[in-house]
Amino acid sequence: MTLRKYKDTPSYTATQNACKTCTPLGATLVFQGIEGCVPLLHGSQGCSTYMRRYLISHFKEPVDIASSNFTEETAVFGGGANLKLAIENVASQYAPDMIGIATTCLSETIGDDVPLILNSMDNTIKGTALVHVSTPSYTGTHVDGFHGAVAAVVDRFNPVDKRIVYRPKKKKKINLFPGMLSNEDLRHLKDIFEDFHTPVTILPDYSERLEGPSWQEYQAIQKGGTPISAIEKMHVAVNSMEFGAVLALAAENGQKTAGDILNKRFDIPCTRLPIPIGVKATDRFLDALSRISGRPVPERYRKEKWRLVDAYVDGNKYVSKKRALIYGEEDFVVSMAAFLAEVGIIPVLCASGGKSKTFKKALEQTLPETLIDQVVIQNDMDFTCMEETAAGMPEDLQPEIIIGNSKGYAMARRLKIPMVRVGFPIHDRVGGPRILHVGYKGAQQLFDNIVNALLTARQTESRIGYAYM
Amino acid sequence: MTSISVLKQRERQIYQKGNQPFEIECETKSLAGAVSQRACVFCGSRVVLYPIADALHLIHGPIGCASYTWDIRGAQSSGPELHRMSFSTDLSETDIIYGGEKKLKKALLELIDKYSPKAAFIYCTCIVGIIGDDVDAVCRQVEEETGIPVIAVHSEGFKGTKKDGYKAACDALFSLIERNKAPRVTIPDSINILGEFNIGGETWMIKKYYEAMGVKVVSVITGDGRVDEVMQAGNAALNVVQCSGSVTHLAKQMEEVYGIPYIRVSYFGIEDTSDALYQVAVFFNKNPGIIKKTQELIKEEVQAIIPRLETMKKDLEGKKAAIYVGGAFKAFSLIKALKTLGMEVILAGSQTGTQEDYEVLRQMCNEGTVILDDSNPLELAKYSVEKDADLFIGGVKERPIAYKMGIGFCDHNHERKIPLVGFEGMVNFAKEVHGTVTSPVWDLVPRRQKAAGKEGAI
Repeated sequence: MTLRKYKDTPSYTATQNACKTCTPLGATLVFQGIEGCVPLLHGSQGCSTYMRRYLISHFKEPVDIASSNFTEETAVFGGGANLKLAIENVASQYAPDMIGIATTCLSETIGDDVPLILNSMDNTIKGTALVHVSTPSYTGTHVDGFHGAVAAVVDRFNPVDKRIVYRPKKKKKINLFPGMLSNEDLRHLKDIFEDFHTPVTILPDYSERLEGPSWQEYQAIQKGGTPISAIEKMHVAVNSMEFGAVLALAAENGQKTAGDILNKRFDIPCTRLPIPIGVKATDRFLDALSRISGRPVPERYRKEKWRLVDAYVDGNKYVSKKRALIYGEEDFVVSMAAFLAEVGIIPVLCASGGKSKTFKKALEQTLPETLIDQVVIQNDMDFTCMEETAAGMPEDLQPEIIIGNSKGYAMARRLKIPMVRVGFPIHDRVGGPRILHVGYKGAQQLFDNIVNALLTARQTESRIGYAYM
Repeated sequence: MTSISVLKQRERQIYQKGNQPFEIECETKSLAGAVSQRACVFCGSRVVLYPIADALHLIHGPIGCASYTWDIRGAQSSGPELHRMSFSTDLSETDIIYGGEKKLKKALLELIDKYSPKAAFIYCTCIVGIIGDDVDAVCRQVEEETGIPVIAVHSEGFKGTKKDGYKAACDALFSLIERNKAPRVTIPDSINILGEFNIGGETWMIKKYYEAMGVKVVSVITGDGRVDEVMQAGNAALNVVQCSGSVTHLAKQMEEVYGIPYIRVSYFGIEDTSDALYQVAVFFNKNPGIIKKTQELIKEEVQAIIPRLETMKKDLEGKKAAIYVGGAFKAFSLIKALKTLGMEVILAGSQTGTQEDYEVLRQMCNEGTVILDDSNPLELAKYSVEKDADLFIGGVKERPIAYKMGIGFCDHNHERKIPLVGFEGMVNFAKEVHGTVTSPVWDLVPRRQKAAGKEGAI
C-alpha cells in the first residue's frame, strides 16, 4: 500500500492558523462537566480569560474559570501562595463541590509542585475536593488536556484502596467516557442508555451546564454535570466504555486513560470503540451496549437505522465519489472519515492539529483498504498547510466539500468550497452545541446537511437554478 | 440576590454613589481566584498592534496564545490582511528545555520569505520570559538579514496587567517610528489618529470627517494600519488620542522626543464626537477655514441623525443600563451616549480605570450608581440584577451574564462588527441598544416572568 500522504504536504517551522489549541483548555471543559466544579488555572490571568472567551463563543453560556494570577514575583519565587489564595477565594465565592486545578506552561516551567501544594492542604478545602491535572501547554493539544482531566478525576475519586462494597448484578451500571462531544451528542447518549434501561455515568457531561435555561437568580455555578457521588461509584460499574480510536491506540501504548485506571484497579472491563458516527460505528456501539447490558436494542433504534439507510439510498448519487477535506480532533476525524466512507464520500484529506503518533494507524484501521490509497493523512497540521495541500492537489482530486469546525471557514472561503460545520468550536454560528453527530440520528443530520450543502453549491453555481433536485 | 457575596479583598474596589466618602481601590493586580474579566500583558500588546495589516505578527510561545487571538478583532483592512493570520512558534517540550531561539529565527526567516511583510512583531509570551530566550538578539539578526524592521514586543503575560501590554506595544511602535531616518518635516494642519482600530470600518468614518474639515491624517495607529504609514507619524502636527489607556504612552513619547502635542478625545456619541472634532479644529485655529468647515460638518451630521434617534428614544426613555468595559474613558462616552437616548446608567465599571477616571465616573453618575474596578461575573450579575438593568454594555465575556438574567446586551468590544463611532455610529449604537432592549423575548424569560407574577417560571 503506497500512501500519498506527506509527499505533497508543505512543512514550515511556525504554526500558521492552528487546528488545535492548548492543553489546559480541554481540562477546563472537563471540569465544566462535573457538578459543582469550578475550574482554576494555575498561571497568568490571560490564560483563563482567553479560554473563557473561546468557550463562551462556542457555548453562548457563562463559563467561569478562575486563575491563580501569576505576577513577576510569583514567577520567581513560585506560585504556591497564589494558588492557595486562589483556592480560598474560589471556595468562598462559589462554595463548589470541587475545584479542578489545571496547570499552564508557566507554572509547569517554573516547576511548581502542585500535587505537593495540594497535599499540604489535604487535597481539600472546607469540604471541597481539590483535583489536579498537569496540562503544560507545550505538550499535546486541548484533547490531551481533556483526556488527562478525565483520568485525573477518575483517579482521584476511585483510589486503589477503595473497597468494593456492592456491585449490583441486576442493575448493570456502565461508565461512559465519550471524549469531546457536543451537548446534543451527550444528551442523545443519555437517551440511548435510558432506552436500554441501563444506568450510566457519563464523564464529563457539560450538556446541561453549558446549555441551560435563563435564570431567575444568578447561579454562581450552573446546574448540571456529572455528580461527584456518581464518579465515586464508577468503580462498581460492570463495564467502562471509552470512545475514540486514537485514544484506544494510545491506551494500548501505555497512556493511562480513565477506563484503564478502573480496569487496573477494579477489574472493570473497558470497551473501546470509535466515536459512534455513522451506521457501522453506531451498530458497533449499540451491539456492545446490548451485550454488556443484556438488553436488546430497542425498536426505535432499529427504525432510526433503517430510516437512515433509506436516506443514504435516496441521496447516494449526490455524494458518491465526492471528495471531502475533514479536520478537527484526531478521534473526531477518524470517526467522521469512517462515516463519509460508508456513504461513498472519499475523505481525500484527513487533517488534525493533534500530535498523536497513531492518527494514521487509526485511519488505516478504520477506512476500507480500497479507499486508503486515495486519502492524504496528516496530523500536527495547521490550516495553512491544509489549504496549500488542498489547493496543490490535481484538480480532479481536490476536495469538493469541507467538513469541520468553524476555524476552517477562512480556508473554505478562499478555496471556494462549500463547508459543513461540525465539531468544536463553532464560533461563527448559533447552535454549535446542538449539532448532533453520534447515533443513527446524528448520522441522519450530518448526511442531510452534507447533501444539502452540495446541492446548494450546485444550485448557486447553476445558470438556471433548478427548483427540483 | 443576597446569595452572591463579595470577596472581602474586593470590597474596596466597589463603590456605590451615595453619602459615604469616595474611595475606590484600582490599578492593582487582579486578586487570585476572583475570576477577573481582565486578560494579560500579551493581550494588551496584541490588541494595539493587531490592526497593522502588512506586518507579520509572530507569537513566540506554546500554541494557546496564538490560537486564542486568531482573527479575534473586527479590525478591517483596505488592503493586505496579514494581521488576520495567526502565527506561532508553537513551542514544544524540547524547545522549553533547549531554548526557542533557533526555532524563532528559523520561523521568522521562513515567514518573512513567504509573506514579504513590511515589518515583523514578535510577541513574547509567559514562557519566553522564563526560559530566557534572547528575543531581542534574534530580532536584531533577522532585521539585519532581511532588511525589514523586526521588533520584539515584551508582553510576557505575568509581567503586569493588560495596561503594561499597551505600554509594551507603544514601545514597539515608537521603536518602529524611530527607524524612519528621514528628517522630520511637520506637515501643516495634520494629525495622527491614535488609539483607533478600525473595528467595523470606524477609522474610515473618522478619517472622512477630518478630510471634510481640511485636516490631513498622516497616520492611524493602528486602524487599517500600514508599517510605512506608522513610520511617518513623526511628521504630524498633532496627536489625537482615543482609547486613552492603550496608546497615551506613545503620544507622551512622541511629545517628549518630537515635541508633538497630543489631545485626548473619544468618538463615541454625538457629544464626544463633536467635541473631538472641535478640539482639533481649535488647535488649528490659524487656519480659519478648518473651524468653519467643522461647524458645518457637525451641524449637518447632527441634523441628519437627530430625528432617527428621537424615534428610538421614545422607547428607551428611563431604561437602565450597566456598563463594563476595558478602559474607563470609553465608559464616559457611553454614559453620555446613553443619556442622549434617555437612558440612565446604574452600573459603570472598567478593567483598567485609574483613580481620576473613577472620580470622573462618580461625578457623571446618579446617586446609587455602582462603580466597579476589575470586576468579575458574580459581582456584575449581582449589581445588574439588584439595580434591575435593562441593558448591559460589554464584551463577549459579559454577554452570557446579561442574557442569563434576561438583560439586553450591546457588544462594545473589539469583536463587534458594526461601527459605533461618530455620528452614523451613534445611530448604529442606538439601533443596537433599541433592538435588544425592546426585544419581546424578555417577556418570556424566567426572571421577567416571575417579576410579572406569571406562572410557568422555572
